[in-house]
Amino acid sequence: MASTGAFRVPIIARETDSSPIADRLDRTWRTPAGIFGWLVSVDHKSIGKRYLVTAFLFLIMGGIEAAVMRAQLIRPNQTLLSPEAYNQLFTMHGVTMIFLYAMPVLSGFSNYIWPLMLGSRDMAFPRLNAFSYWTFLFAGCFLYASFVVGRAPDAGWFNYVPYASREYDPGINIDDYALGMILLGVSGTVGAINFIVTLFRTRAPGMSINRVPMMVWGTLTASVGNLFAIPAVSLAFFLLWLDRQFGAHFYDVTGGGQPLLWQHLFWMFGHPWVYAIVLPAMGIVSDALPVFCRRPLVGYTAVALATITTMILGFGVWVHHMFATGLPPLSLSFFSAASMVIVIPSAVAVFAWIATIWTGRPVFTTAFLFFAGFIFVFVVGGVSGFMTAAVPLDWQLTDTYFVVAHIHYVLIGINVFPVVGGIYYWFPKMTGKLLNETLGRWNFWLMFAGFNIGFFPMHIAGLLGMPRRIYTYPDGLGWNTVNLITSLGAYLFAIGVLLFVINVFRSAKFGRVAGPNPWDAPYLEWSTPSPPPAYNFAVIPTIGSRYPLWEDRLEHGPTDSYVDQGYLLNRGRETVGTTALDAEPDVVLEMPGDTIAPLILAIALVALICAALFHAWWGVGVAAAVTFIAAVAWLWPEARLGQTKEIARG
Amino acid sequence: MKRRSATAALGSLLAAAPALAQPMSYLQTFGPAAHPATVLGWGLGAISLFVMAIIAILVLAATFRPRPRVGPRQLAVTRDAGGTAWIYVGVGLTLATLIGCMVWTMVALAAVVHPPVAPKISIEVHGNQWWWGVRYRDDDPSRMFTTANEIHVPVGEPVRIEVSSSDVIHSFWVPQLAGKTDVIPGQTNVTWLQADRPGTYRGQCGEFCGAQHAGMGIYVIADAPAQFATWRNAQVEPAPPPASTAARQGYGVFVARCGACHTIRGTNAGGLIGPDLTHLMSRHTIAAGLLPNNPGNLAGWIANAQALKPGSRMPSIPLSGPELGAVVAYLTTLH
Repeated sequence: MASTGAFRVPIIARETDSSPIADRLDRTWRTPAGIFGWLVSVDHKSIGKRYLVTAFLFLIMGGIEAAVMRAQLIRPNQTLLSPEAYNQLFTMHGVTMIFLYAMPVLSGFSNYIWPLMLGSRDMAFPRLNAFSYWTFLFAGCFLYASFVVGRAPDAGWFNYVPYASREYDPGINIDDYALGMILLGVSGTVGAINFIVTLFRTRAPGMSINRVPMMVWGTLTASVGNLFAIPAVSLAFFLLWLDRQFGAHFYDVTGGGQPLLWQHLFWMFGHPWVYAIVLPAMGIVSDALPVFCRRPLVGYTAVALATITTMILGFGVWVHHMFATGLPPLSLSFFSAASMVIVIPSAVAVFAWIATIWTGRPVFTTAFLFFAGFIFVFVVGGVSGFMTAAVPLDWQLTDTYFVVAHIHYVLIGINVFPVVGGIYYWFPKMTGKLLNETLGRWNFWLMFAGFNIGFFPMHIAGLLGMPRRIYTYPDGLGWNTVNLITSLGAYLFAIGVLLFVINVFRSAKFGRVAGPNPWDAPYLEWSTPSPPPAYNFAVIPTIGSRYPLWEDRLEHGPTDSYVDQGYLLNRGRETVGTTALDAEPDVVLEMPGDTIAPLILAIALVALICAALFHAWWGVGVAAAVTFIAAVAWLWPEARLGQTKEIARG
Repeated sequence: MKRRSATAALGSLLAAAPALAQPMSYLQTFGPAAHPATVLGWGLGAISLFVMAIIAILVLAATFRPRPRVGPRQLAVTRDAGGTAWIYVGVGLTLATLIGCMVWTMVALAAVVHPPVAPKISIEVHGNQWWWGVRYRDDDPSRMFTTANEIHVPVGEPVRIEVSSSDVIHSFWVPQLAGKTDVIPGQTNVTWLQADRPGTYRGQCGEFCGAQHAGMGIYVIADAPAQFATWRNAQVEPAPPPASTAARQGYGVFVARCGACHTIRGTNAGGLIGPDLTHLMSRHTIAAGLLPNNPGNLAGWIANAQALKPGSRMPSIPLSGPELGAVVAYLTTLH
C-alpha cells in the first residue's frame, strides 16, 4: 500500500462477503450486541429501521385517533366525544401523521437504503444520523406527553393564532406543541444536512449525478426543501412561545401584532413540507415500479427535473392556503396560477410511470399492485388539488371536507401507498425474508378499497358544505350518508393496515428466505446479502451505468460496473469520498465509531425544552450547559477522523 | 358521479326552496357572488373526473395489455429507451387544458370579486366565539340597529358585508350565496352577496375557532323588497315594554341575571358580550342556529346551555321554575 504523507493510494481488491477480509471488516463495523450497543450505534441500517418502526408506531397512534373521530362522526349529533376531546384528537391526529409519521418514515427508508444504493459504508455523518433519530423520538414523546396529562394541543396542527394564543387557549398544550416542534425542527434540519452531504460526497466512484436512483433525487430535493422551510416554522413557533410566555406581541393585534404573520410563516413551511413528504415516496415508486415492469424508468432525466421543479414551485404557492384571508385579487391570481403549474411536473411523473408499465412487462407482485394503485390515487389527489387552486372555487372548497379528502389522497395516496409498497419491496433486503404474497394481496385490496370507499365520499361531504374540524353535525344537512360510508370505509382501510402489520410480524418469523436479489432489481443495494453485513460492501463498488445489476442484459455506455472489485478500505471505519457531480474518488473518509454522544446531546436538548415548558429556568441553564459540553465532547477534534488522505488520481 | 347528477336534479327540483334538502350544498347556488364559481366548480370537477377516468383506463390498459410474460432474469427491453412520447403527448395535453382552466379561473375570479352594481345595503358581520353579531348600517344613525345570527336581505340586490372579529379567526360562509371570507381580528374584510330567489340560506363558520366551531351557524333570509323594508323598520324599533304580569316579572329577572351580557334596546339590559335580543322572536333559531326558536327551547337553552352547546360562553343559568317561566314569558314578547 503506497502511503506518502497526506496521500494514500488504497488497494484495489477483489473481495466478496465470504473472503477472510470480510470478517475483519465485520469486526470493525459491527455494533456490539446488547442494550448499550443499541444506545450507541451509529449504523445507518439500524437507525433506518428504528425510524421505520417508530414512524409506524406513530402511524398506528394517529390511526387510532382517526378511528375514534370516525366513530364520533358516523352519525349526526353523537356525544361520544366532548368538543374538547375531539379537538385534541384531530390536532394530534394531524400532528402525528404529518410530523411524526410521514417524514420520519421516509427518513427511515432513506437512512437504511441510501448508503446501500450509493455504494457507501455509511451516511456522511453517522453520529448526526443517530442524533437526528433520538431528537425525533424525544420530540414525538414530548408531544405525546401532553396527551397523557389530558391537555394535548387542541388548536389544529396549523395552530392558527389568536386561537392558539394564551388568551384563548391557556395551559401547557400549545407550549408543548411549540417547544416540541422546535425540537423536531432540529431533527429534520440535521437529517436534511446529512442527506445532502451524503449524496454529494459518498457515492461510489463512477456514480455520477445522472446515475443515482430516483429515490435519491426525491430525498435530496426534499432535504434541500426542508433546509429552507423548517426555519420558518421553528421561528413561527418560537415567536408564539414568546407571545404566550412573555407577552410579546408578534401575533397579538392589541399590541400591534398580526395574526396573518403566523399563517404566512406556517404555510411558507407547510406547503414545501407537503412536497417534502411526497417527493421521496414518489421516488420510491420511480425506482421500484420499473423493477416490476422489467425495464428502466421511462424519462429518467425528465422525472428527476420534474422532482426538483415541484419543490421549487412548492416554495411559491403557500398563499393558496390563505385565499380567503382578504388578500388582494391580483396576488391571489399569482398564487393560483403558480399552484396550477405544479400539475405539469406531476404530469411528467404520471406519464413516465404509465409509459414504464406500458412498455414493460409487469410482474404482478403486491409491491407492483401498491405502486400501480398509487398512480390512480396520486391523480385523484392531484386533480382535487388543482380544483382548490382555482381561487373563486377555493373560497367554497377551503376548510370543507373536500380539502380533508384532498389531503388524505395526498398523504395516504402519495405517502402511505408507496411506503407500504416500498416495505414489500425492501423488507427482504432488511430482514432476509420475503413478505407473504397471499396476505399481501388481501392487504392491498383491503387498503385500496377501504381507502377509496372511505375517503372519496369526503369530497362529496365537502361539496355538500360540511366544514372541517367540527366535532359533530346536525341532522338534516344531507351529510349523514356520506359520513356513514366514510366511517365504514375508514375501518375497512384500518383492517387492511392491520393485515399489513400481521404480515410483517408473520413473515419476519416464517417468511420465505429471500436471497440477495429476489426481485432481480438493478440497483446496488441488491448486490449485498440480505440482510446486508455491517460494513455494507466488502470493497467499494465502481459504477459504470444507472442500472449496475442489469448491465449483462441492458445496453449501456462504454464502462462497466464492478460490485466485487474496488477500493479495499480496511484500516478502521473507512469509506470513499467522491466529487459532487462526477463521483470521482477524492478522499478516504474516516468514519466515526459508535458513541453515546448523540444520545446525551438529544437528552440534554429535550431536558432543556422540558425545563422551559415548566419555567424551571435553572433547569434550562443546566440543560444548556450539558448541551454545550456534549456538543464540545462530540466535536472534539480527533486525529483519527482527519480527512487528510486524498486518493491520488490516475 | 351518479350521486352528483342526482344531487343536481334534486337541486333543481328544490330550486324554489333551496335550503331544504342540502342547505349547505354549493353544487347549486343562488346569486351572482357564487354562481361563476359554481359553474367553474362543475367545469373543473368534470375535467377532474375525466382525467381520473383516463388515467385509470391507461393504468389498467398498460398493466393488462397482452404481452408475453417475462421469464426469470429476463427484461422487457434491451435498451434504456422508448416510451418518452408518452411524456411529451401527456404533458402537452395537460398543459393545454391547464392554460384553459387558468384563464377560466381568472375570468370567474374577476366576476365574483365585485358586485355588478354598488350595493345600497351595508351590513357589518362580527364573528364571536360562537355566534354572529350583525349590524345594519344606515346614513341616518337612528336607523342603525344590531341583531344576531340572522341576516335579512332583499331579493335581487347586492349587499355589502364587512366582517370583523374581536376574538379569534372565523370565516363567514353562506355557501349558496358566496364563498368564504375569513373573519380576522385586527382587520376588516369586505365581501358581498346577493340572493336571486327568496328563501332561507344556511351558513356556518368556516374556520376552526374553538370548542363550538361546529355550533356557529348563521342564516340569510332573502325577502321581497317590501317585506324586507317592513322587517328592517321593525328591527329599528326598541323592544316593547313588558305588558303582562309574568312578562314584567321576567323582565326584572332578565335585567338582573342576563343584562350584563345581553342587550335589549329600550330597557336597562345593555350587555355587549352575548347577542342583542331586542327582537329575539323575529329570529328562526337560537344559539347560532342550534335550536328552533320556541318557548320550550328558550327555556331549555337558558337552564341548560352548557349541556346543549358544551363550552359555549352562555352559562347554564340556575333559575327557579317560576323565574325561568317568567323570563321566557318576557322573551316571547320580543317580536
